[in-house]
Amino acid sequence: MLKDAIRQLARDLRSQKLRTFLTVFGIVWGTVAVTLLLAFGTGLKRQMIKTTAGLGDRICIAWPGLTSVPWQGLGKGRRIRITEEDIQVVRVRVEGLKAISSEYSDSFKLNYGTKTYPVDTAGVGPEFEQMRNLVPEAGGRFINPIDVEQQRRVLFLGNKVAETVFGKGTDPIGKSVLLAGSPFTVVGVLKKKQQDSSYNSRDADQTFIPGSTFRALTGKKYVSNFVFQPATALESKGVSARVLESLGNRLKFDPKDKEALSVWDTTEQFKFFEVFMLAFTLFLGIMGCLTLVVGGIGVSNIMNVVVEERTKEIGIKMALGARQGSILGQFLLETLILTTIGGAIGFAITFALCAVFPSFGLEEYVGNPDVSPAVASITVAVLGLIGLVAGYFPAREASRLDPVVAMKM
Amino acid sequence: MASLISAAAPPGTIIEMTGIRKVYDTGKVKVEALKGIDLSVSRGEFVAVVGPSGSGKSTLMNLLGCLDTPTEGVYRIGGETVAGLTRDRLADVRNRRVGFVFQAFNLLPQISAFENVEMPLVFGGVPVKRRRERAAEVLERVGLGDRMDHKPTELSGGQMQRVAIARALAMDPDIVLADEPTGNLDTTSGSDIMGIFLDLAAQGRTLVVITHDLALARRAGRIVEIRDGKIVRDVPAAEAA
Ligand SMILES: Nc1ncnc2c1ncn2[C@@H]1O[C@H](COP(=O)(O)OP(=O)(O)O)[C@@H](O)[C@H]1O
Ligand SMILES: [Mg+2]
Repeated sequence: MLKDAIRQLARDLRSQKLRTFLTVFGIVWGTVAVTLLLAFGTGLKRQMIKTTAGLGDRICIAWPGLTSVPWQGLGKGRRIRITEEDIQVVRVRVEGLKAISSEYSDSFKLNYGTKTYPVDTAGVGPEFEQMRNLVPEAGGRFINPIDVEQQRRVLFLGNKVAETVFGKGTDPIGKSVLLAGSPFTVVGVLKKKQQDSSYNSRDADQTFIPGSTFRALTGKKYVSNFVFQPATALESKGVSARVLESLGNRLKFDPKDKEALSVWDTTEQFKFFEVFMLAFTLFLGIMGCLTLVVGGIGVSNIMNVVVEERTKEIGIKMALGARQGSILGQFLLETLILTTIGGAIGFAITFALCAVFPSFGLEEYVGNPDVSPAVASITVAVLGLIGLVAGYFPAREASRLDPVVAMKM
Repeated sequence: MASLISAAAPPGTIIEMTGIRKVYDTGKVKVEALKGIDLSVSRGEFVAVVGPSGSGKSTLMNLLGCLDTPTEGVYRIGGETVAGLTRDRLADVRNRRVGFVFQAFNLLPQISAFENVEMPLVFGGVPVKRRRERAAEVLERVGLGDRMDHKPTELSGGQMQRVAIARALAMDPDIVLADEPTGNLDTTSGSDIMGIFLDLAAQGRTLVVITHDLALARRAGRIVEIRDGKIVRDVPAAEAA
């Protein structure tokens, strides 16, 4: 029986090429419009964060210092020393933390060819790329987890350092240099970025190596500072407090002691941004819904025309003894299949556009669009549902008429 | 009188109408298209329905074919009372008991002759293999064995009506109803089609045909004349003037 239904469906679709085309087109159009809109929204948002966050993306920076108040029988003026293990504990225990990394810093000599340059060097984890917005220039990469694990001697250069050492013409990637007397391979160069504030040097003037390599190289045990990122800017106060409390308990200092561990919360400037982004997303969501409604009206109009046009056909089928269920079932199956096809084509178009977009080189201005499969699926489902409802009810009306009446249409 | 007729219905009776009225309610005006019809048709009869335009012939035909419902009266087909049947049962009655041939053919234009003929068999749940055999068989029967894959738009009017006849015969119905089957055809194809109906009658098929063709009507077994929603004459064809 299902086979018959499918056969009949194939026949009907074939026989109504224009209608089939228009219905599929409506769904394709709606899907592409909504998913593309939201994809560009996501890309734009990401790009705005990238360009706004010169120093980092909603991060807090913490420096250990000397205790300024006695605590649990321990006197003031005690130095707080934080190890990699402590960082690990914070990473695991503190809630609402998106990322954390230690940072070791020092100034080393860098030798390339016959020349020697003094450079500020930071030993960091892979999380830095995202947290501190250290995006590599094409062809390069940032420090990765394997580098850290194997204490690789790899080097990520600030763009100014790269220019000073290698000049404009040479691509530094893959080149070997001596850093503090040890050979290092350059794996990436920082993509030029706007940076209005900094601690240590500007990123353009720094070099970055894996934290583990830094410790092996220098014998340092204690971090210079560490950087962490709350899940959202609005949570930064709570997350900071929990980080202080966790370390305070572990290293025995008053979590309220501003000098034992001083925290610079850079998320303040992002709070406005975050509210703005919320509004922006809301705006896009509303636009998306409106587009969906417009697309849905399109699909339902087509379906209406279809049913009107098909009332005669429905009448003839009823005259030949088709039951109501078989007529409606066929309608439902048809809408389902058309929706699936239309949705798939829409998806494909959106993905293709998103894939091609980066080659236009507009990333700096609007970012690269990114499709959310959830949004796309919901879009298709809603359009399908609208099509179904719009097609189903008129079809049911038609199938309730006496066959003569339907045939006269 | 109504009860008399139904009580006296012989065992071979296929159609039995008693006191049938049909009122079209178009909102402003009510048109009484049928004003009390009593009619019974037995197995193997060939009935020609004649009468002026607007007299209610088509209305009667649609009621006979269960395509429409009477305002009043009792209608039994093959002993089954139609009033009170569910829509699906009614669909089954149309599918199994009645074959309908329309003046305007009413073929689905975008699918082949074969697929048109196959359609009632699909609705009747006939298995694929048997269905294909049957569709081919009835198409051969109306002389269209070589045109099965043509779409209606690629066929002449006479050929289209032959497809429609094949479709009406597909489920081997108790009765074939035809509403002016030659009304849209030229004289030549019209007489072709009439020839097919005469053949069917000769083979013992039960037929009710609306026609203006008096020559054909005379060759039918029985003539029923309708005027103004009533049967004014119901005689064996031989007696018709
Ligand atoms: N759907 C309808 N709505 C209103 N009036 C109708 C409808 N169908 C037929 N009639 C009227 O009923 C009468 C009988 O029509 P019909 O059965 O088509 O006659 P015939 O087939 O003999 O020409 C006519 O007066 C016609 O106008
Ligand atoms: Mg008529």
